[in-house]
Amino acid sequence: MSGTHSHTVAFVRDTMLPEQAPPASEVGAIGWARHNLFSSWFNAILTIASLAAIYFVLAAIVPWILSPTWDGTSLSNCRETLAAAGHGDAHGACWGVIKERWIQLIFGFYPSHLYWRPIAAFVLLGVALAPVLFSDRVPSKLLIFSLLYPFIFPWLLWGGTIWMPIAAMAGFVIGGLVYKFASQALSTLLGVILGAAAAVIWWMVLAAPVSGALESILPIGIEAVESRKFGGFMLSVTIGVVAIACSLPIGIVLALGRQSDLMIVKYICVGFIEFIRGVPLITLLFVASTLLNIFMPPGTNFDIILRVLIMVTLFASAYMAEVIRGGLAALPRGQYEGADSLGLDYWQAQRLIIMPQALKISIPGIVSTFIGVFKDTTLVSIIGLLDPLGLSNAIRADANWNGIVWELYGFIALLFFVFCFSMSRYSMYLERKLQTGHR
Amino acid sequence: MSTLTDPPKEQFRLSMLLYDTRYRSATIQVIAMLGFMLLAAWLIDNTLSNLAAQDKAIDFGFFTESAGYDINQRLLEYTSRDSHLRAALMGLLNTLVVAVLGCITATILGVIIGVLRLSSNWLVARLMTIYVELFRNVPVLLWIVFVMAILIETLPAPRAFRGENPEATMSLADSVAVTNRGVYIPEPLFSRTLGDVHVFGEAALRFDVSLDLIAILAVLGLSLWGAHRVTLRANRIQEATGVRPKTWHVRTGIIVLPMLVLLIGLGFHLGYPALKGFNFQGGTHLRNSLIALWLALSLYTAAFIAEIVRAGIMAISKGQTEAAEALGLRSNRIMSLVVLPQALRVIIPPLISNYLNLTKNSSLAIAVGYMDITGTLGGITMNQTGRELECVLLLMLVYLAISLTISGVMNWYNEAVKLKER
Repeated sequence: MSGTHSHTVAFVRDTMLPEQAPPASEVGAIGWARHNLFSSWFNAILTIASLAAIYFVLAAIVPWILSPTWDGTSLSNCRETLAAAGHGDAHGACWGVIKERWIQLIFGFYPSHLYWRPIAAFVLLGVALAPVLFSDRVPSKLLIFSLLYPFIFPWLLWGGTIWMPIAAMAGFVIGGLVYKFASQALSTLLGVILGAAAAVIWWMVLAAPVSGALESILPIGIEAVESRKFGGFMLSVTIGVVAIACSLPIGIVLALGRQSDLMIVKYICVGFIEFIRGVPLITLLFVASTLLNIFMPPGTNFDIILRVLIMVTLFASAYMAEVIRGGLAALPRGQYEGADSLGLDYWQAQRLIIMPQALKISIPGIVSTFIGVFKDTTLVSIIGLLDPLGLSNAIRADANWNGIVWELYGFIALLFFVFCFSMSRYSMYLERKLQTGHR
Repeated sequence: MSTLTDPPKEQFRLSMLLYDTRYRSATIQVIAMLGFMLLAAWLIDNTLSNLAAQDKAIDFGFFTESAGYDINQRLLEYTSRDSHLRAALMGLLNTLVVAVLGCITATILGVIIGVLRLSSNWLVARLMTIYVELFRNVPVLLWIVFVMAILIETLPAPRAFRGENPEATMSLADSVAVTNRGVYIPEPLFSRTLGDVHVFGEAALRFDVSLDLIAILAVLGLSLWGAHRVTLRANRIQEATGVRPKTWHVRTGIIVLPMLVLLIGLGFHLGYPALKGFNFQGGTHLRNSLIALWLALSLYTAAFIAEIVRAGIMAISKGQTEAAEALGLRSNRIMSLVVLPQALRVIIPPLISNYLNLTKNSSLAIAVGYMDITGTLGGITMNQTGRELECVLLLMLVYLAISLTISGVMNWYNEAVKLKER
């Protein structure tokens, strides 16, 4: 029978045991350490070696950082303070140099009563970027300010008459108007060509005399600052921001050109991109410092910072073009065909369907290009501009601070780290925000 | 009744160049070409008129003039009486030395760090993350001058090695001296040397090839080929009988013994550096500038390579690792036999661009005074002769040639190892 079997078993439990807490070695800090630090003998060795390494590094660095020399006035003064504090063998940082020179490291030789201008420029930069970076939290009307900002930025930094940026802006307005009328009356293509030609003629021929005339009629302006007074982080950020902002549109155009079916356009773009990517930035900076004036009409002599800006922008554009090309190539063919089937023309398809997706795919690459460009701005110290690294040499030339090395390098490295690290974190945030779930 | 008629023949109108898609692309191309040529003509015209105004026609004659400066870290023979062309050649060789050394160390470091970043050990993974973030987010130029400063400031001066109780001692059984002027390592010497072959006689590009080196390479090549034959034979036996004969002692013998015989025949010995006067004499002197550049570029690029390796490993599906585990492979063999070979396909293309970056970044040598091509051709030669256009153009061409060669070779390799599908 069915019951017979059960009688042969000596004992059957008929109640559940209550749940028990896991053994102490599996939970809490001990369990975590067993799983993550000491899971095998090899891991245990690695852990102990790492702990030892951390200890030695910290033991060397922490006492050095915690040195009471913030009030030092010179290196020898710092050494006396250290000896008096019993820091043994004068081992410790001399922070006096940072306290005395950090303003210079940030603003270079910019006139001190005008510090508000770069500060305002960079605060306004945040305002101008906000509708672009945080489009979901900031009213989109601010975008108008973002469009005006490229003209406000150089005016705030370099100063001078207000008519120059207005004249520059007028070029865009004129080009836009000519495009609008020409494209209605003739064709889109002719409109683009005529609009661009009108803008170029305005900038090359008319802008300077017109702004000069307006200046003589109505002199509105702020104190002008020469380029050679620019320096420090302000210079790095200026070069970085301009190169980043200009390289994105140029890079998009180059990438589209490289992907295009038009053979000549394609080879011009390929040649440009491969040439720029094949040479180091430093040779392009040599071009900026020695050759660019030779390429321009005789008698032209434009500012060294402007020349550097042009070359760094060209450099960044080539890299940007490759990143965006990657994004374009990653788009499924169906997206292009979908755009065609809707009857969109080339530019509409690019603007509404292709570019938003391609740019989203290439965000990580774009941001790492940004970071690379910002880091590469230190190279201008080699052609004699006073970026933070160039300034650190200038500071060491001062008799008071002769022999200071680590404090300056450490401070500069820290500032660069903060900038670049926050950029990379922002790109991660952006990637997560734009994540549509299907790749 | 219907008759077939030809469709009306369209007359070509000028406006079709703009509105007809058949012709429009040609129109756009012609306009682009014209614009490009106008721009190029404008630039060249400006350049020529500017050069004419300065009375400086393009002229590469300065290359044969005597350079008049010294290059202290060099591979070939060079004196300051040699020509600018030879100085540029020394610079090019120095660039290549740093690039090759840097690529090798950066790859080794990068692979180790990238694998360790995925380690199950929490502490090690975090440490490697800190390393990567630290090196990626600080400019490479800063790292180069930083490493240079470390070498100069913290290492003992040569005079610290002097005296009865020296403050510093040479490491590795008194063979390597690490000083703040650079590192002195033993150099290989041959007492019964075969001599050198002079190539190109007295020309600016002359170079000497050591017959000893050629002999060593030839013997090494032959022994490697022999060892390879032994492996092939072992494979055949294994396929035929299922038992793989032990070959490692045969292979070691084939590689080591001929080399030993050759080295003894040539009278191989090491020339040790020794403190004489104010500085070390003898041995090979690796200057600080070379070491700083090499170290900084390797450490910096390693951070990028580590990220590439990590991404490559993570791109391999977990099932591959699990299947290998199920077969009973140990974790290091899983990595080397299953994961890395597959990850290599994801890793290689970005790795190429990092090699290129390292090579291009080696131009920052000028910041620490290492005489690479930027320091010679783009530095002292340019400043001495005032031939900016020629020097910068040549400099760019040289780098362009190096870049194209590297990417060509690596792309060929990439083609070879890439997954063959359908």
